[in-house]
Amino acid sequence: MVNNKFLSKSTWQQILPKIVLSPSLIVVFAFVYGFIIYTGYLSASNSKMMPSYDWIGFVNYSKLFALRHWKIAITNLAVFGTLYIGICMILGLTLAILLDQKIRFEGVIRPIYLYPMALSFIVTGTAWKWFLDPGIGLETIIQTWGFEDFSFRWIKDRDMAIYCVVIAAVWQTSGFVMAMFLAGLRGIDDEILKAARIDGAPAFKLYTKIVIPILKPIFLSAFVVLAHMAIKSYDLVVALTNGGPGRATELPATFMYSYTFTRNQMGIGASSAIIMLMTIAAIIVPYLYAELRERKSD
Amino acid sequence: MKKMIAALSMTAMMGSAHAIASEVEVLHWWTSGGEAAALNVLKEDLQGKGVSWQDMPVAGGGGENAMTVLRARVSANNAPTAAQMLGFDIQDWGAQGAAANLNDVAAAEGWDAVVPAALQAFSKHDGKWVAAPVNVHSTNWVWANKKIFDELNLSVPSNFEEMAAAMDKMKAAGYTPLAHGGQAWQEATIFDSVVLATGGVDFYKKALIDLDASALSGATMVKVFDRMATLRSNVDENFSGRDWNLASAMVIEGKAGMQIMGDWAKGEFLNAGQKPGEDFLCFRFQAIQGAVTFFSDQFVIFKIGAYRQAAQGELAKAIMAPSFQSAFNVVKGSVPARTDVPNDDFDACGKKGMKDLADANSSGKLLGSLAHGHAAPASVKNAMYDVITAHFNGEFSSAEAAEELANAVAAAQ
Repeated sequence: MVNNKFLSKSTWQQILPKIVLSPSLIVVFAFVYGFIIYTGYLSASNSKMMPSYDWIGFVNYSKLFALRHWKIAITNLAVFGTLYIGICMILGLTLAILLDQKIRFEGVIRPIYLYPMALSFIVTGTAWKWFLDPGIGLETIIQTWGFEDFSFRWIKDRDMAIYCVVIAAVWQTSGFVMAMFLAGLRGIDDEILKAARIDGAPAFKLYTKIVIPILKPIFLSAFVVLAHMAIKSYDLVVALTNGGPGRATELPATFMYSYTFTRNQMGIGASSAIIMLMTIAAIIVPYLYAELRERKSD
Repeated sequence: MKKMIAALSMTAMMGSAHAIASEVEVLHWWTSGGEAAALNVLKEDLQGKGVSWQDMPVAGGGGENAMTVLRARVSANNAPTAAQMLGFDIQDWGAQGAAANLNDVAAAEGWDAVVPAALQAFSKHDGKWVAAPVNVHSTNWVWANKKIFDELNLSVPSNFEEMAAAMDKMKAAGYTPLAHGGQAWQEATIFDSVVLATGGVDFYKKALIDLDASALSGATMVKVFDRMATLRSNVDENFSGRDWNLASAMVIEGKAGMQIMGDWAKGEFLNAGQKPGEDFLCFRFQAIQGAVTFFSDQFVIFKIGAYRQAAQGELAKAIMAPSFQSAFNVVKGSVPARTDVPNDDFDACGKKGMKDLADANSSGKLLGSLAHGHAAPASVKNAMYDVITAHFNGEFSSAEAAEELANAVAAAQ
C-alpha cells in the first residue's frame, strides 16, 4: 500500500543522502568553484583597487612574468619547495625507521616529534624568529658560553634567509611525515622480513630492497601533502621574516596577498593566484587520477 | 526552534535600531595607547553634542588591514560613516563614487581658506570635499641623542657631508651612528629625505610626484642611492625587521646617535621622560631650508542613508574644529591640518613643526611623502619600495638601482 502512494523505501534510501548532502555541495560549489571562476575572470580584467569587469585578456599574466618581484617569489618557491619536501621525507623516514626498532619509551618519543604539528605556523614562525635572531637567539647564547667567534646570522642575510624558512618548516612537519612512514612500516607483513632475514639479507639491503619499495604509496601521499603545503605557505613567512630582508623571502602566496589587497593591483594578484592554483592542480590532479583508477581496478 | 527564531529576529531588530540618526560609525587603525587617547578627544567632543560613537578599530599600522576591511564593507553596500585614510587612497575611493560631498559643510566652515593647498589636493576629489584632514605628519626629521652630540662636540649638520662626518665621529667613539629598522617603509622614509636633500624641491617633484623617467634614472638619482649606501654603512648589523620604536629606543638609551623618522617618533622620546632640546634634539634632514615632506591622516566621509547625514556633518565639523585639532595633535605628535590653530599647547618640536608647515605652505615647498602614499599611487609607491629596500639590502649598485627604479615605476603605471 505504501508502495503505491509514496516512493518506495529503497528509492528514499537512495535519495535521502543526496538531499542531506546537497546544501554543503551547493556551498562548496559557490564558495570554492564559484570563486575560482571569479578569480579567473578578475585575472583577465583591469581590476585595480576594487573588482572591475573590463576584459583585457592576458595582459596581467605577461605583466606578472615581467615582474622581478614575481621571479624572486617563484625562485624562492623552487628552493623552498625542493628542500622542504626533500628534507622532510629523508628526516621523516629516518626517524620512522629508528623508532620502528622496537625501542623502549616509543610511546613517549613519538608524540615529542609529532607535537610541532599541533602548533600553528604563526607560532612556529615567531618562535624561530627569536631563536634565529643574532641579537637575542642562538648566536648570543653560544657566544655567552664562551665561543665568541660563533656567528649564525642567516636570517639577516638576504642570500641565506630562505633557508631559515626551510629550517622552521622542516621542524614543524617532519614529525608528521614520520608518523605517516611509521604507519606504513607497521603495515608491512613481518613474515616477509623474517623470510628475507633467513635468506641472509643484511639489514641495510632489507630496507633498500624490500621496505622502501613497499612504502612507495606513502612517499606519494607525503609528497602531495608537503607539496601543497609548500605552495600555499604564507603565515610562516609572514611571522618569520615578513618577506625580508628586503624582499628576499617573498613567496607566491605573500606576493598574491600584497598585490591583491595592499598594492591596488588586483588583476595581477588574481593572475598570480591562478598560476598557484594551476601549480597545485598539476600535482594533485595526476595523483587523484591515479588513486581513482586504482580503486576502480580493485 | 520558534523561540530561537524570535530571539534572533529581536536581536536583528535591535541591531538595526542601533543605527539611529545621531550615530557615527568610524573605521580607523589608531589602536596604540597614545593614538587611542588622541581619538578619545574626538569621541567625547561628539558625545557632548549628542552624537554617539560606534568605534570600529582595525589594528595594523599603515592601515593595510583597515583598507581590506573597508573594501569588504563597501562591496557589501554597508559603508561606515567615515574611515581613516591616507593620500591616494582617498582619490581612489572618490573615483569609485563611494565618498559623500562635504562642500556645504566646508563652505559654512571656511575650510578652503585655512587648509594648506597641498592637503586640499587630497581632501578634494573632482572639486568636491570628500574628506576632513585630522593632522599633518612630516617625515623629514632627525631625532638625535643630545648627550652624544655634546660628548663628541657635534653641531646640528646643515648638509649631507657634515652629517656623514658626524656619523664617522660617532662610529669612532663606539656608537651606532644611525638607529634604523629594516622594513621597506622605514627605508622609504629615509629615501624621501635623501631625495629632497640631494635634488631639491624641483627634483623631488619631478622624480617622485611627476614620475619623470629621466629624473628617476638620472645622475642625481644615482647620487641619492650613493647617499643611501653611506647611511646603510652607518647602521648596526642587526637592523633588519626591527620596528621603528625599537630604533627610537636605541637613541633614547644612548646606544645610537640619530634616527631619521617622522614626527611620531617624538612620542617615544616624551614617553621615556625626555625633554626636547635637553635630552634629545629634533632637526630637519636637509640642506634645503623650509621644505617639508608630509602626509596627512584624513577621515573620508562615505555616502550613507539620508537619515544619518546630520550626524555625519557634525562629525566633519568636529574633526575640523580648531580646539579638537589642537588637543588631538598635542597628544599625537603631529601638527594641525589647518594653519590658523594657536600653538600655545605645543612643545618646542611641535611649534617648530607648525611654523615649518606654514612656511612651506606659503613658499610652495610642501611636498607629499612618497613613503607614506602622498606622492604616487599605491602600486607605484610599492614598486619603488621594492627597489629602495633591495638596494638598501645590497642587491643593487647605485647605478643599477636608479635604472631599476625607472623600470619598476614604468611597469607599475
